[in-house]
Amino acid sequence: MIGTIAAREFKALFLSPMAWSILAVAQLILAYLFLAQLETYMLLAPRLAGIDAAPGVTDIIVAPVLGNAAVILLLIAPLITMRVLSEERRSKTLNLLLSAPVSMTEIVVGKYLGVLAFFLVLLAMLVLMPLSLLAGADLDLGKLASGVLGLALLIGGFTAAGLFMSSLTEQPTVAAVSTFGLLLLLWIIDWAGSSGAEGSGVMAYLSVLRHYESLLKGSFNSTDVIYYLLFIFTFVVLSIQRMDRDRLPH
Amino acid sequence: METETLIDARKLYRYYGDQCAVNDVSFELKKGMVLGFLGPNGAGKSSTMQMLTGNLAPSGGEILICGIDLLDKPKPAKHRLGFLPEQPPLYRDLTVDEYLTYCARLHRVARNAVQPSVARAKERCGLESEGRRLIANLSKGYQQRVGIAQAILHNPSVVILDEPTVGLDPIQIREIRGLIRELGQEHGIILSTHILPEIQGTCTHVQIINQGRLVFSDSIEGLEAHLHSQHLIAGFLRPPDVQDIKATRGVEHVETLSDTRLRIAWSDENPAANIAEQAVSQGWGLTELVPERRTLEQIFIELTCPDAPANDDNGETA
Repeated sequence: MIGTIAAREFKALFLSPMAWSILAVAQLILAYLFLAQLETYMLLAPRLAGIDAAPGVTDIIVAPVLGNAAVILLLIAPLITMRVLSEERRSKTLNLLLSAPVSMTEIVVGKYLGVLAFFLVLLAMLVLMPLSLLAGADLDLGKLASGVLGLALLIGGFTAAGLFMSSLTEQPTVAAVSTFGLLLLLWIIDWAGSSGAEGSGVMAYLSVLRHYESLLKGSFNSTDVIYYLLFIFTFVVLSIQRMDRDRLPH
Repeated sequence: METETLIDARKLYRYYGDQCAVNDVSFELKKGMVLGFLGPNGAGKSSTMQMLTGNLAPSGGEILICGIDLLDKPKPAKHRLGFLPEQPPLYRDLTVDEYLTYCARLHRVARNAVQPSVARAKERCGLESEGRRLIANLSKGYQQRVGIAQAILHNPSVVILDEPTVGLDPIQIREIRGLIRELGQEHGIILSTHILPEIQGTCTHVQIINQGRLVFSDSIEGLEAHLHSQHLIAGFLRPPDVQDIKATRGVEHVETLSDTRLRIAWSDENPAANIAEQAVSQGWGLTELVPERRTLEQIFIELTCPDAPANDDNGETA
């Protein structure tokens, strides 16, 4: 049943020009970043040849591209997640789901997976670019995999946060703005974290960026993975709770 | 044989904050019944219907759908329900076929039964030729039909329709009423409306809800009995003296409506025959002699606004 709802959500995204234009714009910007990074590498390559243990193609091209992709996704995630639940409520189609023999958990998780699948398409298209380097260079596939896993987890987190914000309101725009605000806050909280003041360790730990960076560097810590999984779990459960609250007497 | 009880609602309450929207509502729906839910705006009709379909959790009370507790086991209970909310829950960016297929999957119709169910629901609602059209491009009436198709798609035992004929033209209304009567033969149906003749035209039972309470609940035959009042309206070319009429056997009270028309109240015995006899023998020139019927509207108003005059004297006749 989760599958049915997820599939409907995934297809619905492609029924509007929104998803297509976002895919196109994101791909265009990322391709530009990728080419710019490639250019940098071409300039550095002769000098790097003389150094021992010099950074390779993966460090110079792949890591920055994936790092920038995270920023771009931060900007576009709210646009995709904003209508997930708010629109169902606004157009009263939520009644259809609620009177069908499906639980609230199935509805919310189905919707989450549908949107996540869209982002994974975007991610797959992005990864094709670094993979194209395999034709002429040696890539550190382990590092690439760790970076891609990091980005996938980050997207999972963004989607979960967006889902929750969308469950709070009937207005998609309000959901988009608050998702963007929340994500940006969790991003820049890192600045407070690196100030060295008391409690800064906690701030740094909360930052979504910090955990992504270590995965980008190729160091796979289960703490980072668990951080993202907890992040996703928390927001999905909060969304389910929020949606259920409409139904229950209060 | 005892007919199957499809819905058994017991002592339903629903509060919004301090406001009590549904107050101690209990009723039963049996197979073959078309139950009309009547009430002014904000009386708690929609809240009750949403509770019956699991869209809203009651603050108190119990709902059994075909003997299954809706609150304890929502999935098997909802499986037996079809619901058309006040606003049909349509995805405007899907075609009719896509939408109904999705609904069938949501209602756990087996994969190989989806296409036949969709085809049957479309046929019943007159949507055969609209399958490939986008819902957004359909007229209001057709959208309403898609909503009804969605509610009967999985062949539920109970179909709940919240104001199904709103926004339809008279021909469509007739078709939808026909469909509801037809469905009523094999399913149990609850429909809410504030169009009074609709109740008399389609329902087998009527319930009137006001300020969250059930104020009237009877079969349509029972309602008919309520509609007959013990009054006659008589018209004469040469009206006799009121005293003469009063003297007739059975007459309790006489009221003058106009120069030529009288309203005659009776108690034990209907005096119509006696009055007709006298009118002929004494040459009163009888032009009209009919039992006065109250309309459903009058009963409705009596029950829902106790302050309003219970009976206006325009002599509604039928």
